[in-house]
Amino acid sequence: MYPRSANCESNSSMPCEGRARRSSRQVARLALLFLACGSSAAAATFGPSPVPSLFSPDSTPAHDIYHLSLFVLAICLAIFIVVFSLIVYAVVKFRRRDQDDGHEPPQIYGSNQVELAWTVIPILIVVVLFLAAARVIHAIEDATFPPDAIEVTATGHQFWWEFQYPAYGFVTANELHAPIDKPMHITLLSADTDHSFWVPQLAGKTDLIPNRRNEMWIEPHALGHYVGQCAQYCGIQHAKMLLNVMVDSQADFQKWVQDQEAPAVTSEQVAAGRKVFEANACMNCHTIAGTPLANGRFGPDLTHLMSRTTIAAGAAPNTEENLTLWIKGPDAIKPGCLMPAMQLDDQDVKSLVAYLMSLH
Amino acid sequence: MAAASVTVPQAEMPLSPAMRGKVGMWCLIVAESSIFCIFVVAYLYYAGKSVSGPTPAQVLHVPIFASICLFSSSLTIVLSEKAIHRGNIKQFGIFWFLTLALGVIFLVETGIEWHRLIYNEGLTISTNLFGTTYYSLVGLHAFHVTVGAIGLTIILLFTLFGAVKMEHAGRIGVFAMYWHFVDAIWVVVLSVVYFIAR
Amino acid sequence: MAEAQPIVPPLVITPEREGSRPIVQVLHDWIVTVDHKRLGIMYFCYGILALVIGGIEASIMRAQLAVANNHLVSPETFNQMFTMHGTTMIFFAAMPIVFGIANYLTPLMIGARDMAFPRLNAWGFWMTALGGIILYFSFVGGFGLYGAGSAPDVGWFAYAPLTSPAFSVGHSTDYWTIGLLISGFGSIATGLNIMTTVLCMRGPGMKLGRMPMLVWLNSVMAFLVLVAIGPLTAAQLMLLIDRYLGGHFFDTQAGGSAVIWMHFFWIFGHPEVYILVLPAFGILSEVIPVFSRKPIFGYNIMVAATIAIGFISLSVWAHHMFTVGMTSYANAFFVASTAAIAVPTGIKIFNWIGTMWGGKITFTTPMLFSVAAVAQMLIAGLTGIMLASAPFDWQLGNSYFVIAHFHYVILGVIVFGVFAASYYWYPKVTGRMMSETLGKCHFWLFLIGFHVTFDFMHVPGLLGMPRRIYTYEASRGWEGWNLIVSIGVIFQALGVLFWVFNVLKSYFKGKIAGNDPWDAWTLEWSTTSPPPDYNYAELPVVRSRRPLWDLKHPEDPDWKYE
Repeated sequence: MYPRSANCESNSSMPCEGRARRSSRQVARLALLFLACGSSAAAATFGPSPVPSLFSPDSTPAHDIYHLSLFVLAICLAIFIVVFSLIVYAVVKFRRRDQDDGHEPPQIYGSNQVELAWTVIPILIVVVLFLAAARVIHAIEDATFPPDAIEVTATGHQFWWEFQYPAYGFVTANELHAPIDKPMHITLLSADTDHSFWVPQLAGKTDLIPNRRNEMWIEPHALGHYVGQCAQYCGIQHAKMLLNVMVDSQADFQKWVQDQEAPAVTSEQVAAGRKVFEANACMNCHTIAGTPLANGRFGPDLTHLMSRTTIAAGAAPNTEENLTLWIKGPDAIKPGCLMPAMQLDDQDVKSLVAYLMSLH
Repeated sequence: MAAASVTVPQAEMPLSPAMRGKVGMWCLIVAESSIFCIFVVAYLYYAGKSVSGPTPAQVLHVPIFASICLFSSSLTIVLSEKAIHRGNIKQFGIFWFLTLALGVIFLVETGIEWHRLIYNEGLTISTNLFGTTYYSLVGLHAFHVTVGAIGLTIILLFTLFGAVKMEHAGRIGVFAMYWHFVDAIWVVVLSVVYFIAR
Repeated sequence: MAEAQPIVPPLVITPEREGSRPIVQVLHDWIVTVDHKRLGIMYFCYGILALVIGGIEASIMRAQLAVANNHLVSPETFNQMFTMHGTTMIFFAAMPIVFGIANYLTPLMIGARDMAFPRLNAWGFWMTALGGIILYFSFVGGFGLYGAGSAPDVGWFAYAPLTSPAFSVGHSTDYWTIGLLISGFGSIATGLNIMTTVLCMRGPGMKLGRMPMLVWLNSVMAFLVLVAIGPLTAAQLMLLIDRYLGGHFFDTQAGGSAVIWMHFFWIFGHPEVYILVLPAFGILSEVIPVFSRKPIFGYNIMVAATIAIGFISLSVWAHHMFTVGMTSYANAFFVASTAAIAVPTGIKIFNWIGTMWGGKITFTTPMLFSVAAVAQMLIAGLTGIMLASAPFDWQLGNSYFVIAHFHYVILGVIVFGVFAASYYWYPKVTGRMMSETLGKCHFWLFLIGFHVTFDFMHVPGLLGMPRRIYTYEASRGWEGWNLIVSIGVIFQALGVLFWVFNVLKSYFKGKIAGNDPWDAWTLEWSTTSPPPDYNYAELPVVRSRRPLWDLKHPEDPDWKYE
């Protein structure tokens, strides 16, 4: 095992970037081939994309993995070309010809030298691959964080995400906001079954497992909306447990935090809808901060529902139409999800939607 | 070609078809050991992780008498093996019966212990992690002893009806291997449950 | 050659057919049989039936995923399909097939008249069969009286706590557990039997170092069965205790651990991959030499590599768990052990190439399948190297890349190997040759289908598509790739149809094969096709690794070099 990097321990104010450059350089040095490519790509950002490709990383841990993956791919490609050529050559060269004399070919039983060679060379390659992987494992898993890193607790539920910002004291759901160029340390918990947090452009996945505390971190370097989804089978609606991460500028992030910290806006115009909400089981599962009755924790916090772009963990855009559809029968959007259809009449649904639409 | 004059030595075969019972039993022991191994790992992993009582230290008493019985049954089965090798069926039957009796005493002792744990100490398989892992591991072993006891009984009945003869010594030996294995497992279970993870 | 008694008994080689006996009697003969050859055929046919069922389940999934936002099947159905597909293919298709091949060939190849424990052999088969029936009974009995038709939907590795009574109501998970438990007993019986047969039942002169490669690989497979099925059995027992007796092994509310299930499952699960692939390696090691007309290159190192794979495969299981938050040291260890297994696997690939090198290769159908399997093993190994690199796995794990990778192993190597075996040993089993024309159609169709499906399946994984999702958004850029992947299934299905047709047609119309249609070198080709019940009238004396080569080339026998 290699020693813990001194860079990580002492220079804790800028841990991630320093480590990224260093590891990428060392990995690249191992590759030689990839030296130039590696150091230039370290600075590049790809920007958020609706296609969550592993090859467009925009966050420090994803970058580290990206460089390792290029290195591993290069080695594998080289091995493939060499060995596949050998196979093709053997198959073409040593096929039985039409003008064959019918004799058996020379019977060769083996060769110690050749066998030693093709034992030792793979061992050397394996050692190199192990060292390259170990370096990145260390860089990502044993990272230390500056005191001003943003702390978030993500809790996986069937089939949505809860995000708590303990430093600010508010809870939100399904859309994670992170400031640019700042490490965000995410503690991963689960309320029910296993889940996995995977936003490929920002970091590798880490599982959320009940009765276990996992952690991961991101440090995004480009603004915008990143997509991902639950990557560990968690039940019937695993497919629609989508993840959205909004990377904001520092100022936008601060403003978003202020908005989220405020209690829910209450307006007299939507009092009827609020009454429906509080008279039905809605309040048993959903919290609306600032109202005394709605403090359930089983479903997502709705205090600032309208600050989110989607509902039902990314299953549908957050529009009046979809909200209505969702309340009338959640199965229409997400069959098998745990929210029940409340059997409200049209008037109640209408006022309830109006109330929810007021929760900015 | 000189091939004609070469005499090919018959390859020496250390394991003959006659040995297949023993080899098969060894294979079974390997497979059984891996099952026990997982239960032992689970027991050790969960030791002290129960969220509620009772704990092993509060309720477990080392089953000294039962263990002595089970261990001495290994001795008696060796003696009965020796007897059948000599062709002394009567002596074989006596030691065989002793083995069975000692095994049954072990099972009865385990039953008494479980009764005490369930009715006096309130520890059942669903009480806590300790209960779950304890009854599973000890129960899995007791199940193997039970299977062994059934086998012993069947062979004892055959002996009583005069069907067991000297030529069956090999098969008796294979069965004795199983019984020794069950005893050996008890060494592991006893030390894990009553000493290491107390 | 004074003492050289003929190894080939001078028998007539017209295969006998079942006469017109009453069907009940024929059926009875098969059901009560303890003959290793009949049991081998039954294992094989049972496995093929499961392969077809599992293939249909896969096709349903591919139809659902062909386009984005598809509503062809419900999420419940989709989840049941992938659970049943995985469970069926591993436990009731692949394992019976490799057991069938091992059962049929091991005694023949080592010059024995049957397995060590013929009755235990039959017991093992029927246990496996019963396990599959119990699993499939869940389709009608999963919820008992509350509504028919609920197969298990917890995934083939059934991670806790999804299997706990709270998340899996009804009995579907119980059918899964009990089915696997029972078939596991059958597997242990068969593993024990193969191991004992190899150790105790070898014919005169058949030293360990002279055994055919397939027998070596099967015995390492049998060792892995003995060691690895135990953890699965134990874990299933614990799950049953949790579900029926209120135990807490995997109950996270009572301090239980969800991760320990993963450990127990994968301690079984990874050796299981080698249980399946080693026999396929064995098939390649038999077929490639015969059609290259050269002995296997580096017999000793091939055996050593096999044993190394057997042992290393017991220490790599947690590479399935890189994302569960193990410490960096644990992750690094499993990177090292997983990458290390590439070395003996690489040696095997090189030795197969070495066998072909300098030979005179004939491209019969079994050889075509074998060469394709070698090339596919290379690719599967390389994607395995990528996945072994833990940080890369944090991205690739549980994505479609992983599915593509292990289907490359299971389809690209194991199923290709099984097809090769079917063409190669069909004449021995039935006495008739399979049609080469149909065989080549089968090969090319299946090869094209395989590559269209599984080459392109890597891409959505790299684009972030997780596995086990029943639908996906059109915006994710996965749509076209998934369509291509689904289209490949059609070619594969067509290929398999050709094969089934070939098997059936050749049984009645195939060319009479004779004892040794391939001019091969291992013992099974010295007896009649099909072999008599007792295999060998007189047990053949073996002096080298290629007893039939010695017989055919008395001027230059192998034993002079050993």
